Amino acid sequence: MEITVLHQVMEWNEDVSAEVRATLREKRVCLINVMGSPGTGKTSLLASLIAQLRGEFSIGVIEGDITGQIDAEKIAALQIPAVQLNTDGACHIEAMSIQNILPQFDLGNLDVLFVENIGNLVCPAEFDIGENFRITILSVPEGDDKVKKYPLMFTDTDCLVLSKCDMLPYFDFSMKTVQEDYRGVNPEGPLFPISNRTGWGVGELADHLRRRIRSELS
Amino acid sequence: MHELAVTQSILEISLRAARERGATKIRAIRLSIGPFCGVIPECVQTYLDVLAKGTPAEGARIEAKLLPLRVRCRDCGKESEISRTHIACPACGSLRLERLSGRECTVESLEVD
Repeated sequence: MEITVLHQVMEWNEDVSAEVRATLREKRVCLINVMGSPGTGKTSLLASLIAQLRGEFSIGVIEGDITGQIDAEKIAALQIPAVQLNTDGACHIEAMSIQNILPQFDLGNLDVLFVENIGNLVCPAEFDIGENFRITILSVPEGDDKVKKYPLMFTDTDCLVLSKCDMLPYFDFSMKTVQEDYRGVNPEGPLFPISNRTGWGVGELADHLRRRIRSELS
Repeated sequence: MHELAVTQSILEISLRAARERGATKIRAIRLSIGPFCGVIPECVQTYLDVLAKGTPAEGARIEAKLLPLRVRCRDCGKESEISRTHIACPACGSLRLERLSGRECTVESLEVD
């Protein structure tokens, strides 16, 4: 005998992400999910973006890591409210963790909440955490084949940041390959080449985010 | 990628549905899976073989139907099925697409006694 079920399997995460989204919409907070490999420069980029955006927006940061407080301490040193979320081994953040951590922020006085996801090009892309939009970072030393190899991370994102461009002379890295592959899986997503060390390109990225955040908050 | 948690959820959903219908044995669990949901049916089967021991789902078969990636073109309005490696409207070539499906992972039905 066959019985019909029609039950969504990932419902536990989808339900909670919808709740997170509703809470943040009510408080007028824009949640930005920042994803990329370990060492790609997520924390450094956040520090640069905070410097560019803090004049206009009140910013908070959730630092996701498997263990330790290193990243939250770096952000807190900038006088920005930062909470470390330790996943104790899990390779990604789920909406439930965000929901549990939100009460630690004064949401009424916050415009933007960055979530630095766990360093990983696979799992974080599979989980909606209630974000308004996503940023994916890929750095030059990781190689120009990553868009082909981990397509979901580059498909479901608002923009791709290509970091450590000051390293281009030292690596056999084809910017054209990344541009073409990215255009194939995410035709409308902009690509921002930057160097966080020199500050090159960070202004253009910040301008894009400023516009995007304004439209999310309006 | 997260088949252990996913399989636990599939098992709970299936056992509950079977119990509600008074079924005593689950022979097969039919899933529909989108290309972007990140679930590998073979892994689900392997986990199920372990997790379902001692339950009415012990020995159940996973039958997965793989769903296509469906998009609607924002320029010509046509709906089509495309490959996830080449995202463009097959009718007009436009890149302005709205994704209609792809992240599904659903328990569709059960074969029970």
